[in-house]
Amino acid sequence: MKNLKFLFLAIPLFLASCGGDGSQNAGAEGTEATTSISVKGSDTVLPLSQKEAEEFMKTNPGAAITVVGGGSGTGITALLDGSTDICMSSRDLKIDERLKFTDKGMELKEVTIGFDALSVIVHPDNKVSQLTREQLEKIFTGEIKNWKEVGGDDAQIVAYSRESSSGTYEFFKEHVMDKKNYASAVLNMPATGAIVQSISQTKGAIGYIGLAYMTPSVKALSVSYDAGKTFVPPSIQGAKDKSYPVARPLYYFYDGKNEGKVKAFVDYVLSDIGQQHVSESGYVPVK
Amino acid sequence: MRLRKITEPVFERLIKICGYSSGFIVLLIVIFLFKEGISFFNLSPVDEGSMLWVHNSNSVQELDAAQIKDIFDQKINNWQTVGGKDLPIRLFTLDEVGKAFTAEQLGPKFEYLPKCIDSYMDSLPGAIGFFPEKQTAGLLKSAKAVEVDKVSFSSFISDTEWFPTSRPAARMGIMPLLLGTLLVSFFAILIALPLGLAASIYLAEIADERVRKILKPVIELLAGIPSVVYGFFGLVVIVPFVQNAFNLPVGETALAGSIVLAIMALPTIITVSEDALRTTPRAMKEASLALGASKWQTIRKVIVPYAASGITAAAILGIGRAIGETMAALMVTGNSAIMPHSLLQPVRTIPATIAAELGEAPFGGLHFKALFALGCILFIITLIINLLVERVSAKRR
Repeated sequence: MKNLKFLFLAIPLFLASCGGDGSQNAGAEGTEATTSISVKGSDTVLPLSQKEAEEFMKTNPGAAITVVGGGSGTGITALLDGSTDICMSSRDLKIDERLKFTDKGMELKEVTIGFDALSVIVHPDNKVSQLTREQLEKIFTGEIKNWKEVGGDDAQIVAYSRESSSGTYEFFKEHVMDKKNYASAVLNMPATGAIVQSISQTKGAIGYIGLAYMTPSVKALSVSYDAGKTFVPPSIQGAKDKSYPVARPLYYFYDGKNEGKVKAFVDYVLSDIGQQHVSESGYVPVK
Repeated sequence: MRLRKITEPVFERLIKICGYSSGFIVLLIVIFLFKEGISFFNLSPVDEGSMLWVHNSNSVQELDAAQIKDIFDQKINNWQTVGGKDLPIRLFTLDEVGKAFTAEQLGPKFEYLPKCIDSYMDSLPGAIGFFPEKQTAGLLKSAKAVEVDKVSFSSFISDTEWFPTSRPAARMGIMPLLLGTLLVSFFAILIALPLGLAASIYLAEIADERVRKILKPVIELLAGIPSVVYGFFGLVVIVPFVQNAFNLPVGETALAGSIVLAIMALPTIITVSEDALRTTPRAMKEASLALGASKWQTIRKVIVPYAASGITAAAILGIGRAIGETMAALMVTGNSAIMPHSLLQPVRTIPATIAAELGEAPFGGLHFKALFALGCILFIITLIINLLVERVSAKRR
């Protein structure tokens, strides 16, 4: 019977640790090291943070940095309840989240560590090479269904999106689709690679991917945010000087009271070498 | 001898414990699944800790999730559509408050926020606002809270829209997912059964021992390939094939899913039905041949009817495999939550939905529980299938 009792305890615990926060054990691991920092949040920033943490630990053997994904929302919640030191986020804080930080008496610090730009892509044979934000919104909400409505061939538009769990999905919805919901007919793909693959083999396809994933097998569109006056092609330079509109900053959030602990790492990310990792990971550096 | 007296009961007990505990684990998982799934019902579809507000003069008291979604998608633009006055609907969000007032006006700790919302709301008779409960409950004089219909079992089953992350109110109707799952699985088995049956007859009756010794392990190997490999194979090979063959605008369709799942169900079907075919008593076969029946006649009239229940069991197990398949379906079916009208359309299956969305659903939240409720539905379907297998194979004895 004893082991049955154990199971009773073990399973909920296991599940809680899966769904909750894996970063709790970060403190335990780092007892010997001088500093242990846990970083949690956006899956978009995750690969970048992992790279930064690896390189940082190479030069600072005393530091132990644990990087955990789970999404921007998860990271913000973890920062709120104190189970992580730094929250990575691919979106700005919402005002109700700011409210919660004030409630807790935290001094929120935010650092922009880089930018992520989205390219709107189509099949390489597509005649259309530019769209306005309004047209994109109508395509993804299902109002525009044929390429001829936006100056292309008479062919059905097949819109591809990421799954709703992706930060990119939310970003596109908020910044391009004016917060409207995607049409039900939009195809949801589990990974950016799958979107590229599908679009390269589907004539009427349109989708969006991170700038870093661009390949010659798909064509990137120029986008206009001023109702068609100027169309800007996606580029690293454009994301940096903010002339390309479909770009978002990537943030680190932390509590100001905790600054002494995390400053070295944040400074490293913002340093020249840290920013070099940003561009190596396919994002746009701040400087 | 003495040692055996001690070790045997110990082993016996150990085995007993293993048996009990595995049963117990299954029970525990089922309880967990249903506990989370059932707690989904009677929750409000509105974001937890948030409330919807309309201006005091508005006569609308109640809205359902579908109306809220259409209002925030700006498809419903006038209060008349939802039973109110002829007044355009004005969306009013917290972001707007943040922009309209300076940080000073809001106060360093946002203590003046309710006042700011209140004064702003007062000037907008057509407004519908969406604010955190804590900052607004009991604090707004110019507005009243809207009641939102709770999630019910019947709406969960019959609604045709799946927008679990839609804000402020989620739409959770599993009809398109359920139909998508059944459609893909049904056609998968329609493709796999004739193929699998033919292969098993060949293996059991026609192939000579040497061929069989090579072929059987190869087919069983199919079952060991990770499903993501099937998924990728489907995406790169089957999807363009379907697209070109039917000249479709898009290749990620229910049909592509059915073909991939059919390939994945083949090993189950072949192995189980071959075993069933092999149970035909030798005397029966020989009697048939001795009566002058040809080999084909013997197979058709004696062996297959004798093994019919085993073959049915194989088919049902195959369906079970197809219904529960996650990764391959996720990669090739396109995952659009639309009501399926034909095989040549993208669909979204239940397991693919759970796999794709559980990662980001906040632990213990509405979306999380909805996915568990989906899991319950899937569990019930597989349970029914397993009971069918039991019944069908019991007939054989």
